[in-house]
Amino acid sequence: MLRTPQGAIGLLLLLFVAGLALGAPWLFPEGPYDMLGTPFSAPFGEFLLGTDMLGRDIAAGIAYGARISLIVGFVAALVIVVLGTVVGGVAGYYGGRVDAAVMRVTEFFQTIPTFIGAIVIVAVLGSTLPNVVGAIAIVSWAPLARLVRAEVISVKNREYTSACLALGMSDMRIMLVQILPNVLSTITVAGSLMVATAILFESGLSFLGLGDPNIMTWGFMIGAGRAAIRTAWWMVTIPGIAVLLTVLSINLIGDALNEALNPRHKS
Amino acid sequence: MWATRGRYVLGRLIHGLPIILAIVVVNFFLIRLAPGDAAQVMAGESGAASPEYMAQIRAQFGLDQPMYVQFLSYMKNILVFDMGYSFRHSRGVAGLIFERLGTTALLMAASMVISVGFGILLGAIAAVRDRTWTANLIVTFAIVTYATPLFWVGLMLIIAFAIHLPWFPTSGISVVGATTTGMRHALDVAHHLVLPALTLSFFYMALYTRLMRSSMLETLRMDFINTARAKGLANGTIVYRHALRNAILPVLTMAGVQVSSMLGGSVIVESVFGWPGLGLLAFEALFSRDLNLLLGIFFLSSILVVITNAIVDVVYTIVDPRIELRKAPARRKSPFKSGPSNGADRNAIHAKP
Repeated sequence: MLRTPQGAIGLLLLLFVAGLALGAPWLFPEGPYDMLGTPFSAPFGEFLLGTDMLGRDIAAGIAYGARISLIVGFVAALVIVVLGTVVGGVAGYYGGRVDAAVMRVTEFFQTIPTFIGAIVIVAVLGSTLPNVVGAIAIVSWAPLARLVRAEVISVKNREYTSACLALGMSDMRIMLVQILPNVLSTITVAGSLMVATAILFESGLSFLGLGDPNIMTWGFMIGAGRAAIRTAWWMVTIPGIAVLLTVLSINLIGDALNEALNPRHKS
Repeated sequence: MWATRGRYVLGRLIHGLPIILAIVVVNFFLIRLAPGDAAQVMAGESGAASPEYMAQIRAQFGLDQPMYVQFLSYMKNILVFDMGYSFRHSRGVAGLIFERLGTTALLMAASMVISVGFGILLGAIAAVRDRTWTANLIVTFAIVTYATPLFWVGLMLIIAFAIHLPWFPTSGISVVGATTTGMRHALDVAHHLVLPALTLSFFYMALYTRLMRSSMLETLRMDFINTARAKGLANGTIVYRHALRNAILPVLTMAGVQVSSMLGGSVIVESVFGWPGLGLLAFEALFSRDLNLLLGIFFLSSILVVITNAIVDVVYTIVDPRIELRKAPARRKSPFKSGPSNGADRNAIHAKP
């Protein structure tokens, strides 16, 4: 993965963001809500990244926001991958009616506008972190299930799978031991891109004011900074750069993973 | 041929009916999942929440009926496009939504044209000039844009081109209080449209650029291109007449699939720019906890996707006559057999705000 410069840059960036997230309590022991400085002070003055309308340190907000972005991104992607793999795997392996039913359900989820769907779910169930993660997972698992299904179908017709069947292996064992390892690379690549998508989704939801009101997030910082956009550009610009760099790093890693794991599909 | 197409569109729409039905069911139960019912919301608003008054409201809106009766009456109403009542706007939801539909359609159409047009152009240039600094620049631009949140692009454009350089207005669809008509009104709207349309198109432009580049690279390696070169055709003719036309297909496929995601993006763009379409209506509904309205928008936008998908399927058959009308369309995959299926699959994973 480190063989391509893009992969190395992505990994370094992500490690930096992860370090910031983990080190937040030590770097900024006062937390992201403490009004430490003069309101509206520009970057590179009193504070490295300036302060917001209430005099809160933006750098602290970025560090604590990194925790939420990474947690939401990775947990949502994990739920999506598990759900998509199980549903897509079962549909692809058993075929027939199960497959037809699953295809109908995924078609439903691919038809509804995903972001509006997530907005509706969070609006109805309430703005808490688990609800945000759940909403993102519910609207995004279907494409992954379809991808896994297609891969499973192509693997299950190979001769070695037939051989296992002839040997009397159980379906469960064939799925876990024979098929899963062969589709794992596809799942890994798609899953890594899902992390990036989930982070963008979360930032969009909290920008619209749907995030958990008790948690500092990058999207919330941008949404709040909008009110002062004419006088204080940094309040919206800096958290946006944080989102951009984090998503970029994960996309770069995803591309590098794809080249490393699926060398045949090199584009 | 056109009769076949008509029948085909009808078939596709009927195929979408179960999905629409499923959305109605989901909507019905989502409303009931929400804490509190309409009676509590209304009573809270008028300030008097005596049990008698609440019971009166519940009876008036049928909220005291058993669940299945409520569901049937809900279904019956949906059939005649009665999507309930917006308590905040004191109007029917359907009327509110239809009023805003055209505004959002204008924004999406403009973004679609910009993103597909520039995506094809940039992708083709990057493929033809592969391994030059022009190509590298385009690829880098696409990778960075692909990772940028929509709302942030909008805010940056506002800072740059509305505040710092006051070329464009920051929000709205026309100058407040202006009573211009005809051509001048159209120009005014176009002036207001520039920044929102650019914002919404950026992400998709990056997507189509990447797709077009890989599709074009693949096409340029094909046998018929070699034949054209062997015939001694000029490079320009080969690129424009032979390669480009074939390479465009996966991009059109993707553009069709992205309509649903663009609707989500328009919520964000419209709330950034105060563009008075469906998205802004959804944003306002969110803030006033007007769930009827929010679910109505969700329902209608899903129907729009079903309709667009049917139209897109037919457009393919016009663009690529090899696709047969009778067969179930292979829309989710590339209709172009040797197209970059891997790239398309991976990109299909990405549908984001």
